Parts: sequence; structure tokens; C-alpha cells
Amino acid sequence: MTTDWLHAFFVQHLPVLPVLVPLFTAAALLFLGDSPERLRLQRRIALASAVFGAVLAWRLLTEAAAGSLSVYPLGGWPAPFGIVLVVDRLSALMLALTWTIAVPVLWYATGGWDSHGRYFHALFQFQLMGLSGAFVTGDLFNLFVFFEVLLISSYVLLVHGQGRDRFRAGVHYVVLNLAASALFLIGLAIVYGVTGTLNMADLGLRVAQLDAEQATLLKAGAMVLLVVFGLKAAIVPLYLWLPNTYAAASAPVAALFAIMTKVGVYSIIRVHGVMLGPDAGHAALAAAPWILPLALLTTVLGVLGALAAHSLARLVSYLTVSSVGVILIGVGLFSTEALSAALYYTVHSTLVMAALFLLVELVASQRGKVGDHLQPAAPVAQPVLLGLMTLLGAASAAGLPPLPGFLGKLMVLESAAPSAAHTMVWTVVLGAGFFTLVGLARAGSILFWSVLPDRPGECGAGSSGRLTTATLGLLGVSLLLAVAASPMKRYTDAAAVQLADRNGYAEAVLNATGGADSRTTRPYQAGRGEVRLPTYESAAP
Amino acid sequence: MISLEFLVATGIGAVTATAIYLVLRGRTWPVIIGLSLLGYAVNMFIFAMGRLWQNAAPILAEGGRVADPLPQALVLTAIVIGFATTGFVVELALRSRHESGSDHVDGHEPDHGPVSRPSDRAA
Repeated sequence: MTTDWLHAFFVQHLPVLPVLVPLFTAAALLFLGDSPERLRLQRRIALASAVFGAVLAWRLLTEAAAGSLSVYPLGGWPAPFGIVLVVDRLSALMLALTWTIAVPVLWYATGGWDSHGRYFHALFQFQLMGLSGAFVTGDLFNLFVFFEVLLISSYVLLVHGQGRDRFRAGVHYVVLNLAASALFLIGLAIVYGVTGTLNMADLGLRVAQLDAEQATLLKAGAMVLLVVFGLKAAIVPLYLWLPNTYAAASAPVAALFAIMTKVGVYSIIRVHGVMLGPDAGHAALAAAPWILPLALLTTVLGVLGALAAHSLARLVSYLTVSSVGVILIGVGLFSTEALSAALYYTVHSTLVMAALFLLVELVASQRGKVGDHLQPAAPVAQPVLLGLMTLLGAASAAGLPPLPGFLGKLMVLESAAPSAAHTMVWTVVLGAGFFTLVGLARAGSILFWSVLPDRPGECGAGSSGRLTTATLGLLGVSLLLAVAASPMKRYTDAAAVQLADRNGYAEAVLNATGGADSRTTRPYQAGRGEVRLPTYESAAP
Repeated sequence: MISLEFLVATGIGAVTATAIYLVLRGRTWPVIIGLSLLGYAVNMFIFAMGRLWQNAAPILAEGGRVADPLPQALVLTAIVIGFATTGFVVELALRSRHESGSDHVDGHEPDHGPVSRPSDRAA
């Protein structure tokens, strides 16, 4: 009896659990306090929560893979009047990615970083809550709220461990993001002012019905949102904050931040790729003239930055920028094949970048005072292990076969073939891959070969097992992507097709049929100003 | 006769312009004031996106004119979040001032002489 009840509860509330589990864990951790003698208990609770969250996320992923689109109306209010959580294939994929990274990164953090400041575990859980919420919400304003949740915890996580450099990077990061939040609200308000709704499914229907004049205003709002999401995703010209910030953050925080740029990419896909997709009436493809050129430029400048980087952490940060560029190339081509390729590459690049950020610190900690600066120093204590891990991560980031980075880039290239811009895309992606390889080869040869053998023993001990297993785990998962490339590709293909079907999405969320009778939450018709009381009874389930 | 819409729009514009000027200053305190002002302007803007109403019920009533209740709810959320983030950024700015000994947003006094990097000077 009890288990039946529990199972029914679990199934019914599954979409909201990845948000609630970290929330309650974080609250419990705050109540527990952060005295050093409680640290062991804190680590256990935090790890248990992360593993449980990962199980939930993977459960959602398998459900989404089977084709179900879970809709969870919060408080039982029907959409579009209440806020809904929607788990479609894209959301489930991002959710599973987040939690798959969270577990090894948290495992790495328990190797010592979590004792370098206060309340690390609680903040980490809040960050996971914000990320999960941003990926599952079906409401644009709710997306803003979860953005704020994840940003506020990221502000504190960034300065975790403290020090002058972190605070300097922290001030820049916080001020930039607060300004971006204000812009986000302006964009949302314009969208609401034109359409009268913020529910994504409802918006999908209404945007297609706008007349040309209203569509112009909506496009203005969408472009404001593109600036905001572009800042989070770190695309040209809004990427300048990223290398400083990520290089200043502690290793586990930087690894977790690897997923944060993807929140921006995810939002761009949702709003500019889907809501303003090819079938959005007068507002269709509003961002199309911008996304592809900016994405190409981002890829190029990211790689140039990587070539010029003087420390390994900055090099990896610039590679993150460059990988976001490649993803957005796929998004900017506005076809289901390209979107599918972009999703595959998103999963790959997030995993590899997170692993590389952890690896940076492993290498730096074994090189004594020089740290991760690219200059000759005493040899590392575990040259074979770290060298092989660097080689693996680097080859995958650069896109060498048979690693998943190669498959991802190949898919992007293939999907670009029918597009008019394919020459540019091919040149940029292949060129970027080559120069990534050059940059990483240069870094690797300095780190592992240009050693000063007459100055041994600056840091004799190897890294602890916990740190290496965490990094190896992340690298291993990214390699699995090559093994499981075929089911993965089928999944992303299905996800891209599902995204393109705005009527199907609306039908699942609103129980509405097609675009015919979308309802308004506001007591007058958008843009026409006059009052007409809607019939709210019809909305009740 | 100046319309209400014109007055509100001009007001929001003036506050936003002031906010942008302040955010672009070099010291943390004006930047924070600028961010707060930007928050006020944005809140007014969201509120105005529900259109400006006179003599309308704030939420559903039996017949008659009704103001849009949703922007009010959105503004409330935005105010709460804005308050929390402002509190945080004040604390962060104070802490940064303590760590670096300067209230400049770059963590060091601006250089007017020949190019020198922050790492060159004594901490």
C-alpha cells in the first residue's frame, strides 16, 4: 500500500522534483550550519541529493525519449493562467546533462574545495535548483525567476575561496548580470505588452497571429531578449566577461559554470529558434540575420583568444566561448537537422569543458608556484595520467575522430550543406578545429614536455584519488557519447522535430486545438485597448 | 494637453538615461545607485505594459472596466528580486573595497601614466 502511494506520488510530481529536491536539500544544509565538524555530514547529504537528482533527471529523460511530453501545472492552475512546468525532449536532455555534470563536480568539490569558504554545499544545491528550474519551466517570466536563482547562487559561488582576483571578477560579473536582468525584464514586458501572455506554448500560438505592426514591436522585444541570452551564452560582442570570470573561479565552480552558458543557448533555442521560428507569421525568423554571423564570429574570436591565452584556465575559458559559437551555428541555420546537431554538440562540449576545467586545476596543483601559467616549470607528479587525460580532452574539444567532438562537428557541417552560408560555416568550423588543436598542442607541450627536471619536488604528491576519479568520470561520460552516438543522435533528431511542432506543444500544454482558439489572460484584446471580460469558466479542467 | 502616457514614458526614459550614465561610472557606489535606478525604471515599464488605466477595478469584477492584474504580480516579483540583488551587490562592493583597497570597479585605481598592469604594483 505505502509503496503504491509513494510510486503514484513520485510519478505525478516527477517534473517538479528536480527543482524541489535541491531546494529542500539546500534549506536543510543551511539549517545544519557549516561548522567544520558537520562537513562530513554536509557532504553526504549534498552528494545524496545530487545522485537522487541525477536519477530523477535520467528517469525524465527516458520518459521523454519514449515521446511523452510531461506537463505539470503548479498549484493545479491550468495554463495559460497558472505557471506550468513542461518537460519535453530538449528540457529532459538539458536536465540530464546538468545533473550528470553535477555529481562528479560535487564529488570533486568534496576533495577539499568545499572547506575553503562557507555554505558551499547549500549554494551548490541552489545553483542546481536554478538550472533545473530554468530548463523545465514553460513560462517566460518563470524563466527569469529561475535565471535569478541560478545567478544569485553563482555570484556567491564565484567568490567562493575568496581572494582579490575573485572579488574583482565578481564585481564585474554581478554588475553585468544585474544590468542584463533589467534588460530581460524590459524584453519580457514588451513581449507581454504585445501578446498578453508569457506562457511559452500560448506565446507560440499568439506570435503567429500578430499583424505586421504588432510583430515589429514583438521583434524589438525579442532582440532585447537576444542581448540578454547572448550575454549568458557569451556570444560576440558579449563574451568578454567570461574568460576572466571562469579563470578566476575555483575549479568545481568553473566546471559547473560550463553548463551556465548553455542556459543562454537553451533560451535562445526556445525563444528565437522555436517561438520565432520559420512558422511564426510576421515575426518569423526575427533573430535569423543576427544569430549565424554572431555565432561564426564567436567561434573565430574564441579560438583566437585560446591561441593567445597565457594560462590553461583562460585557454579552456576561450574554448568554451568557441564551443558556444559552434552550437549557435547549428541553431542559427534554422533547420531541424542543424538543431539536432547543435544539441548533440551542446551535450558533448559541456561535458568536455567541465572535465577540462577540473583538469586545469589538477595540472596546476602539481606544478608548484607556476600553477596553470603556460611557462616551463617542474614536472608534474603524474605525467602519464594527466598527460593522457589532457590529450583525450583536447582531442575531443578540437574534434578529432573518433571522439564525440568530431561527430558533433561533422553533424553541424553536414546539416549546413543545404544552407546558403555553408562555405562560411565549413571554413569557420574546420579552421576553428584546427586552431583549437594548435592551441591545445602548444599548451600540452609546454605543460608536460618543457619541464625543468633540475627543479624537482616542488609538489611531489599526486592528486588525491577523489579529484582524479571525478575528472576521469566526466571525461568517461563524454567518451560514452561517441559509443552511444547513434541513440543519442536519434534522440536529438526527435527533440528537434518535437521543437518544430508548435501546435503539438500547445496542444499538450493548453489542451487547445491548433492555433484556432488561443485564450488571453488579459481583460482586453492586445493592442486594441478595449475592455471585454473573458469567459474564465471555460478554462477550468 | 499632455497625456498620461507621455508623462509616464518620459519619466521612465529620464530615469533610465540617468541609470545608464551612473552604471558606466568607474566607482562601485554610483554603479550600484545606477542599477537601483534602472530597477525602478524597469518596474515602472513592466507596470505600464499592462496599459494605464483610470477608475478600473484592480482585478476581476462583475462587469465594468478591469485593469490588467498580471503586470502587478510581475512587478512585485521583480521588486523582491531587485531588492535582494541590490543588497548583495552592496555587500560585494564593500568586500571588494576591503580586499583591494580601492572602490574602483576594476579593483585598482585607474592608471593615468604609462601602461602598468595591476600585477606590477604592490598589493
